[in-house]
Amino acid sequence: MNRRDYLLRKIFFSLVTLAVVVVLNFLLFRVLPGDPVRAVIGRNVRISADTQQALREQFGLDRPVFPDQFLTALGQWARGNLGVSWSLRKPVSEVLLAKLGNTLLLIGLGQILSIILGVALGLLAGWKRKTAVDVGALTFSLIAWAIPTFWLGIILLAAGSTWLGLPTGGIVSPSNVGKPLYTVLPDVTHHLILPTLTLTILYMGEYMLIMRSSIMEVLGEDYILTAKAKGMSHWQVLRKHALKNAMLPIVTLIAINLGFTVSGAIYVETVFSYDGLGKMFQTALVKQDYPLLQGAFLLLAVSVILANFLADILYTYLDPRVKAS
Amino acid sequence: MTSTEPLLSLRHLSTEFSTTDGTVARALEDVSFDVHPGQTVGLVGESGCGKTTTLLSIMRLLPVTARITSGQVLFNGKDLLALSETDMRRYRWKELSIVFQGAMNALNPVMTIGEQIREAIILHDLMDKTHANRRVNELLDMVGIAPSRRDQYPHEYSGGMRQRAMIAMALACQPCLLFADEPTTALDVMVQAQILELLQKIQRLLGLAVVLVTHDLGVVAEVCDTVVVMYGGKVAENGPVDEVYNAPQHPYTQRLLEAFPDLNRPAGSLAVIPGTPPRLNALPPGCRFAPRCHKAFERCRVEAPAETDLGGGHTAACHLLEKAEAHQ
Repeated sequence: MNRRDYLLRKIFFSLVTLAVVVVLNFLLFRVLPGDPVRAVIGRNVRISADTQQALREQFGLDRPVFPDQFLTALGQWARGNLGVSWSLRKPVSEVLLAKLGNTLLLIGLGQILSIILGVALGLLAGWKRKTAVDVGALTFSLIAWAIPTFWLGIILLAAGSTWLGLPTGGIVSPSNVGKPLYTVLPDVTHHLILPTLTLTILYMGEYMLIMRSSIMEVLGEDYILTAKAKGMSHWQVLRKHALKNAMLPIVTLIAINLGFTVSGAIYVETVFSYDGLGKMFQTALVKQDYPLLQGAFLLLAVSVILANFLADILYTYLDPRVKAS
Repeated sequence: MTSTEPLLSLRHLSTEFSTTDGTVARALEDVSFDVHPGQTVGLVGESGCGKTTTLLSIMRLLPVTARITSGQVLFNGKDLLALSETDMRRYRWKELSIVFQGAMNALNPVMTIGEQIREAIILHDLMDKTHANRRVNELLDMVGIAPSRRDQYPHEYSGGMRQRAMIAMALACQPCLLFADEPTTALDVMVQAQILELLQKIQRLLGLAVVLVTHDLGVVAEVCDTVVVMYGGKVAENGPVDEVYNAPQHPYTQRLLEAFPDLNRPAGSLAVIPGTPPRLNALPPGCRFAPRCHKAFERCRVEAPAETDLGGGHTAACHLLEKAEAHQ
């Protein structure tokens, strides 16, 4: 099978997955308990039945769920219209876009750092297996992987703000609110240190563990012995023969993690009051803002599908066997 | 026997493995044999008798759990075991190269065949990239693979082709000694024959010395000049193929040959050696073959036999032969 056929097949399956997700995304919020209109009006019981009915009509909730509501929703989504947030009274897509940038900044930094550090540490541990380096790295990674996100966040927040004087939350200082982020970079960096550190430690453990077992498996392969028999040094063997093979599981892991980037920061953003998608998610859930949640779910699903598709493409360059299977 | 100095000479080589349960497996003990220039030596024995360990000890490619405890590996008179790791790397592939068993896993799945061959040439600084590319084509051509297939990956080759590519790779730096570790395992019979034929052709063409590890006694008879029979990490018998096959002296060799089908007596039933090879971390105190030997007597169970020189380069380690020698 050539690359084109392979990609076409992958695109097809991605689209099928997307279709299933869209249907589920619609259904999920229709079977949830609670009356959306009550959520909007809150505790104000004086709103008349007529007004409530008018609200239902405005949101299209008076019509049957299927096919009317479903088809309307589908048509809107297809045009990029994700509806209007009930709590913020703004288009969902606008809200999501505004928060996405902040989250990408935080998670992007955290991912890049944890990939570099985790892979390097895993490589070192797997190479120097059963030494003090290996045991130390393994212990650190297992702890890092097992720690609850919010707990680590709170500890770092307390320690960092007390002893290092780092800001406790937010993305910029109050005096800089409203200015474009790139104009206040030192301030932003200051704010990013603690949440980024939290994310880096958390993800690093996972990357390290996978890389360690992957490199150990690869180093036991016959072709590694062949490479050594050719007269290569340990370093040459590692770089030219082991690394590419050992990176394959990491690529999958990166794809999965990037997909969850959108939602992955819920705890960290909440602990550090960071104005991103994760925090928005939490707020939307508390306020039962269904259109916003629905939009966020859709964004999450699409990014997971997209990340996996990118990983599939990357695989064709990393592993020549993929196309054949 | 050739009168020249041996190209490779193993002197009393012993290798140990430390096992996970804390015991020590004496994988090789007191292994000695010579390989002369241009000669083909067969290394035979049951699985786990130390054939591959012998090759890996010579190349110094043993896993970290293994340790060479004593002995010498003289290559052109120089002890390879005394070299630094950096110096040893210069010997690998350039002087001694190896064709591993099961070429599927011996080739890197994410690297093209051509690149894997060229890499060795570049590594040893033998020529620049242009010449190295030409050399890769020549090598592939020599083993019967169209040079146009150099940019393909191992999974695009058949089993036989992979083994051919592996042979081409082993020849890349023009070594004078080639180890072939069960090069025909996992190939079908026709392909096995082709690979052996190729090895023989190349050996004659390049004047290589070859050490062929196999448990196929027929292959040894066909291809080899001398044969080293190993049992439980020791050399049981060593000598010219004709002599060893026609007049085997060690009871193990005798039984091994009887256990092998012979076209000259097709109706005869094959002999079976009862029992299993010894576990290397729980070796019998005397001769390692004694528990399975049909000729064993008391002394065999307490004392390990020394190698007896039977003349003409033929040696065997058996108490029965020592007695015969003493009677003379």
